[in-house]
Amino acid sequence: MSEHAHHKETFVTKYIFSQDHKMISKQFLITGLLMGIIGIAMSLLFRMQLAWPGESFKIFEVLLGKWAPDGVMDANIYLALVTIHGTIMVFFVLTQGLSGTFSNLLIPLQIGARDMASGFMNMLSYWMFFLSAIIMVGSLFIEAGPAAAGWTIYPPLSALPQAQPGSGLGMTLWLVSMAIFIASSLMGSLNYIVTVLNLRTKGMSMTRLPLTMWALFITAVIGVVSFPVLLSAALLLIMDRSFGTSFFLSDIFIGGEALHYQGGSPVLYEHLFWFLGHPEVYIVLLPALGITSEVIATNSRKPIFGYRAMIASILAIAFLSTIVWGHHMFVSGMNPFLGSVFTFTTLLIAIPSAVKGFNYITTLWKGNLQMNPAMLFSIGMVSTFITGGLTGIILGDSTLDINVHDTYFVVAHFHLVMGISSLYGMFAGIYHWYPKMFGRMMSKNLGYVHFWLTLIAAYGVFFPMHFIGLAGLPRRYYSNSAFPLFDELQDTNVVITIFALLAGFAQLFFLWNFFRSMFYGKKATQNPWKSNTLEWTTPVEHLHGNWPGEIPHVHRWPYDYSKTNEDGEYVIPGQDFVPQTIPLQDGEEEMNH
Amino acid sequence: MEATVTHADTEGKVWSGGNKPLNASYGKMMMWFFIVSDALTFSGFLAAYGFSRFKFMNTWPIADEVFTHFPFMHGHKLPMYYVALMTFILIMSSVTMVLAVDAGHKLKQTRVAWYMFATIVGGLAFVGSQAWEWSTFIRGEYGAVETTGGSILQFVNAKTGEQVALSEFVHAEAAETEEPGDLWFLSQNSQADYTVAEVQEAFEADANVLVRLQDLDENGKKTILNRAESIEKLEGAKYIVQGANLHRNEYGSKLFADFFFFITGFHGFHVFSGVVLNIIIFTNVIVGTYEKRKSYEMVEKVGLYWHFVDLVWVFVFTFFYLV
Repeated sequence: MSEHAHHKETFVTKYIFSQDHKMISKQFLITGLLMGIIGIAMSLLFRMQLAWPGESFKIFEVLLGKWAPDGVMDANIYLALVTIHGTIMVFFVLTQGLSGTFSNLLIPLQIGARDMASGFMNMLSYWMFFLSAIIMVGSLFIEAGPAAAGWTIYPPLSALPQAQPGSGLGMTLWLVSMAIFIASSLMGSLNYIVTVLNLRTKGMSMTRLPLTMWALFITAVIGVVSFPVLLSAALLLIMDRSFGTSFFLSDIFIGGEALHYQGGSPVLYEHLFWFLGHPEVYIVLLPALGITSEVIATNSRKPIFGYRAMIASILAIAFLSTIVWGHHMFVSGMNPFLGSVFTFTTLLIAIPSAVKGFNYITTLWKGNLQMNPAMLFSIGMVSTFITGGLTGIILGDSTLDINVHDTYFVVAHFHLVMGISSLYGMFAGIYHWYPKMFGRMMSKNLGYVHFWLTLIAAYGVFFPMHFIGLAGLPRRYYSNSAFPLFDELQDTNVVITIFALLAGFAQLFFLWNFFRSMFYGKKATQNPWKSNTLEWTTPVEHLHGNWPGEIPHVHRWPYDYSKTNEDGEYVIPGQDFVPQTIPLQDGEEEMNH
Repeated sequence: MEATVTHADTEGKVWSGGNKPLNASYGKMMMWFFIVSDALTFSGFLAAYGFSRFKFMNTWPIADEVFTHFPFMHGHKLPMYYVALMTFILIMSSVTMVLAVDAGHKLKQTRVAWYMFATIVGGLAFVGSQAWEWSTFIRGEYGAVETTGGSILQFVNAKTGEQVALSEFVHAEAAETEEPGDLWFLSQNSQADYTVAEVQEAFEADANVLVRLQDLDENGKKTILNRAESIEKLEGAKYIVQGANLHRNEYGSKLFADFFFFITGFHGFHVFSGVVLNIIIFTNVIVGTYEKRKSYEMVEKVGLYWHFVDLVWVFVFTFFYLV
């Protein structure tokens, strides 16, 4: 791979069809951010409809055109917005936007490799992701509107083109986009896995890998195992939609006319979908947990607490994530015994999750905390992971879940535990590795404003949502005004929407900071956070192949912060961190246990 | 732990970095992980098949009665012989693939080329056989009647219990075969030779024919109705079904044909892709690309894929034909 360093680069090979992992990671990040802007903007639109149902807004007319006659949002576009918001945020922002960015940036840099195993497949992975994003966004502009069956696209709503406007071409484009997305994710994951396995530098044993690496590695493994099952479901659904098979459809009447479908079962689709769907939660969450581990250890100037327990909990979460899918289906007519099995496996996940939560807190305990924006977002991530996780215990229990199923309680739960947590992890990662990506620093002060506004606004949105959920307000409804029972919840809905608008506004600080710092930020030093990991031994200016000379060898684990020798002095005098490239000194013991 | 020991504990160990811990190149490992992923796609399909079949446990067609044909042996009942031959061909092509890989290790270009060629021929033969299997399945043999409730009624000889084709007891002039106005897989049942009324009339006239239901009786055989019951049941007839498509099939449960077409089709697509890959690698072998490289690892990688495709067939074969 070192011969790459001498290739002549044109604009096209450097910025567009680049095979360099650092450029590809920037491509993923920027695409992910753009998709994020679209996804969050959509949520603001439908939040406005929920707070002031049927009200006329100029902005609806401007943005939605014929879908908002006289500025009043149409019910069909409401459903479409909810669907595409979910799809974009889960898949395009938090799956490929998050792990695509940080796997590409960090895997070669942190394990000490010149590049990904296959630069070509890496490039292909990005461009297929881009293509799928274009198709998904493109589906917003077709005549009948985009898919509107919810991001889980349950049949029969998604399978019958006549069911609703979005079930026609919009749904087809959704499926095509996702099929390409799955191929992209597969190519990326294969690359990440073999790179971590085969290309670690000398001395970088598996128990010296930074936890970010473990998280991204296991994320890729989960992706390889679970996305193909979504592909099965999508292909069978395509057959039902376009070729008249009955895999998911049975005995349906439309307008009194019996359709020919017979014998299929929509519950089968739910099983296949959630076999992906639940691991997907961890595909979204694990990279954020990995980033948090790294940022918290570095900025507490303390070794991560329970390194091996952290690895074990990642592995346990990955394993358990594949046997809990049924907890999404407690009300699908599932045998109560099977429900209790899924309840058991689901509640088991609380153990490794709690291990991680406690380890973060104990790492922070009595640390020399450096409160930069990355650190704040990491702590925020731990906070939402705990608050969101606690309601997970309620929802994981079938007897309790049945009462709040499909209410805003569920919405509040998963937004906190996987949405906001992962977004915080993503922000932490961006603030932390921005100097590595762009060679400049982001503004700290704008970062503080961004963090505090986001924290307050996010809790302002999702905390009250638990209560309206407990009061029985169903999710996905265009308007609740038809139910007098819910009238008294309307004020809470207004509060939530105001906080949502504030959260959207807060992101402008981030975007301004992000794009401005690219050109005008303070020039970064080589190791701005005084970190131990290998990526900070590469020069600030990117070069193909990462290290100008030999790849450094590794001699210790990555968390030797504030480590003292027998005399109570820092191992390296005057420096509270020991990079992984420094050999163990006489009498020094490695701490990776 | 002694300081010297800690120094040594990662030097030269398998997982300590700077080497290939699983003793495989990254390309080969990618193929392995791709296979894991593809295996899960097939698992998704086969699990779906199991789910649906379990739901219709009592009315699922019996494979021995469906796949009874062999080329050039028309009129004979030869259950499973043809699919056994297909399977044999595919497994033999796996054997030649192993031999090609082995010859590659020994850098014997000509032998690699010949064995690859044999593998390609085997793959093409399998895909061709599958086309024949499909066309036989689509054409059907006996014909049946579908009721308004969607169940399939087949006809049997009252004395022997053997299935009887529609053409054997309906003597009406075969209707003009209309050109399907729609795509073939969407057309409802445009190719039926007879009308429902013709079949009902002929059935009432011929005392030698009985109706057989899909439901299994206590002996595990499909239930055969008596004359009176048969005539009554046949009054609910709605369509004549001859052969199979994605909407209805004469063998029984609709899902049987749906899954048969989809899963064997998806597998056939994999075999076809494998053949294309094999042809590309075969060309490279002949041109001498790997001879120059002094490594036939690419042959090994397509070999992995080829064996995987064979292994999947073993499962498909088991679920559709044997169980």
